[in-house]
Amino acid sequence: MTDKKKKSTDPKTYKFDTLSLHAGYQPHKNAGSRQVPIYQTTSYLFDDVDHAAALFNLERGGHIYSRISNPTVAVLEERVAALEGGTAALATSSGMSAIFLTIMTLCEAGDHLVVSSQLYGGTVNLFRLTLPKFGVKCTFVKPRDTEGFKKAIKKNTKGIFGELVGNPGNEIMNMPEIAKIAHDAGVPLIIDATYQTPYLCKPIDHGADIVVHSLTKWMAGHGSSMAGILVEGGKFDWMQNDKFPTMTKPYEGYHGLSFAEEFGPTAFTMKARAEGMRDFGPCLSPQNAWNVLQGIETLSVRMQKHCSNAEKMVEYLLSHESVAWVSHPSVPDHPDHDLAKKLLPHGKGSMIAFGIKGGKEAGEAFINNVKLASHLANVGDTRTLVIHPASSTHSQMNEATLKFAGLSQDMIRLSVGIEDFDDIRNDFETGFRAARRPRLVSNQ
Amino acid sequence: MKFQVNGVEVFASTGGRPFDKKKPLIIFVHGSGLTHMTWVLQTRYFAFHGYSVLALDMPGHGLSGGESLKTIEDMADWISDVIDAVGYKEASLVGHSQGCLVILECAFRFPKKIKTLSLMGGAGAIPMNPELLSLAENDDPKAVDLMMDWAHGPAGHFGGHPVPGLYHINTGGMLAKSRTIKNTLGIDFRACDNYKNGFKAAKEIKIPTLSVLANGDKMCPVKEGKKLADLIDGSKIEIIDNCGHMMLLEEADKVLNVLKKFILTYFPIKKN
Ligand SMILES: Cc1ncc(COP(=O)(O)O)c(C=O)c1O
Repeated sequence: MTDKKKKSTDPKTYKFDTLSLHAGYQPHKNAGSRQVPIYQTTSYLFDDVDHAAALFNLERGGHIYSRISNPTVAVLEERVAALEGGTAALATSSGMSAIFLTIMTLCEAGDHLVVSSQLYGGTVNLFRLTLPKFGVKCTFVKPRDTEGFKKAIKKNTKGIFGELVGNPGNEIMNMPEIAKIAHDAGVPLIIDATYQTPYLCKPIDHGADIVVHSLTKWMAGHGSSMAGILVEGGKFDWMQNDKFPTMTKPYEGYHGLSFAEEFGPTAFTMKARAEGMRDFGPCLSPQNAWNVLQGIETLSVRMQKHCSNAEKMVEYLLSHESVAWVSHPSVPDHPDHDLAKKLLPHGKGSMIAFGIKGGKEAGEAFINNVKLASHLANVGDTRTLVIHPASSTHSQMNEATLKFAGLSQDMIRLSVGIEDFDDIRNDFETGFRAARRPRLVSNQ
Repeated sequence: MKFQVNGVEVFASTGGRPFDKKKPLIIFVHGSGLTHMTWVLQTRYFAFHGYSVLALDMPGHGLSGGESLKTIEDMADWISDVIDAVGYKEASLVGHSQGCLVILECAFRFPKKIKTLSLMGGAGAIPMNPELLSLAENDDPKAVDLMMDWAHGPAGHFGGHPVPGLYHINTGGMLAKSRTIKNTLGIDFRACDNYKNGFKAAKEIKIPTLSVLANGDKMCPVKEGKKLADLIDGSKIEIIDNCGHMMLLEEADKVLNVLKKFILTYFPIKKN
């Protein structure tokens, strides 16, 4: 045997960076246009009545009306599915609508979900206050309490939901173990991976069945457009039990179609589109889909810079006289440091929380005096963002309720951007100097 | 729907319409390690246009019970048993890849029962790459990854699925991993590799036959497909451009259009 023959063959399917530029798009079917065209249209011509009927009966693939699907949006959907290792995806007008659509596709009135307690505030409100109006109840479990997820499962539980790294406390869910708990109970695990992007972690590889994103954040990066997406792993067997009749039983809305039988590994996305987009309609505009695609083209290089800047920032903060504490999974004494190493091998993300010496007053002074860092209620922009929750988003809360939400008076939440690190550091120095001043005055 | 064949439960998609014995029967036979789902963009059309459709899960595959059949000849006999089991005397057969070997052998064995053959990405023989065969028989998921690489044409590698939001390579891969790889893909690949009767059978085929070939097909290249088609009396050939072996999904519409023309001509619905 020659050496050449002995060498094993590796698949030549495209890898991550190539997929982030090319997946989901064929120029030769689009007038040779190298860039993805923006199909700014609501509707699509049918060839004849037979063709129209075929599209409505799901006999053929294709577009009917941009509430249901759109060619530019479809490129984004395929691209994110490819990057996440999913079979299919459905893009929506925002991250919140992706989460809502996921739950509405999964659950019916009378159902129950087990949910991580450390979630984005909007998601907490959806689960705590809004879903109960639709008859869906939730039990909240602390993200580190793996056993707690198991204990919270009831007969009518239809899924487990969580953010891999909770915000702002940076608590990490043990995703592989919680996936096993979900699968032993015959229900899917849904992970909001907004903070990771598939560059840092592909939850499907660790057992998640559905991944949701606010594309508004790191995926787009530029902070110009709202968008969300749900991605299906394709492994979950909807027919293993009788918990998901709307996936497995004939569906009146499509001539008695059984989504699980007909579409198997893409059944969830097909149902979310056929039913959810049709009836709720949170469609993504083609312009915003295109904007997000521009961001995804540079996802890898941006995430590398986000993470390397975040590491420099952690180092800087840890040794800073004005800083009381720093929370980031890269810090060796972070309680989930080992789990983070396993689940986030390419970087631990760019969200940092730190305590400023001098409490609320110092926090306010810091925020008021930084000039480069933007003070606003978003994360995952290419620009550095800061917020002092106790004086802004959570200003109505007292000490006790802040503590329950994992917050404190001295906490600054920081989303590290991709500027030159020296410039961010110089800006922070100005902020810290200002923060020390009122304390000096009050100490006299 | 689920029904029994030789005491074993079988699943077949009926294309979204109830199975109706009064309508002519078209049977779709999937390729190695895959399931009825590869046919979703062809079956529903026929089901909604006057035919009874069975897109089968072969034994041991997809949602069917039993164990995988070990030879193409056994699979051909089993297709004949399926026709009997659903109470029909005749059917048209459509196959993809390994499914082409199966329906070719079935038409050879049961010439009166089979009315037309549609061969999608077929060849007279499908000798397997030894490395791929060994990976599949050893239950190595890399077998599926390699198959997905080779089964999709250059365009399919980028995506551009006809159903909005679906991504070819991962959907196909998940289908092939839905059951134990060595018990589906491993057995199927070995059956393909062992099958030697294709060219002999082809010479005996007297029914209308269509070969749909794709010019980017690495697994059953156009040259091999033509070699087979040339042996079948009066067989028709359609070539799909810019497409690989997974033509049923990569160029679903074009495949449906040629299949539709062929079936409506040679296996029309009888009007009373
Ligand atoms: C983790 C997480 N999930 C979901 C959302 C909601 O996304 P959107 O703002 O795009 O609706 C956010 C928004 O901040 C978020 O941070």
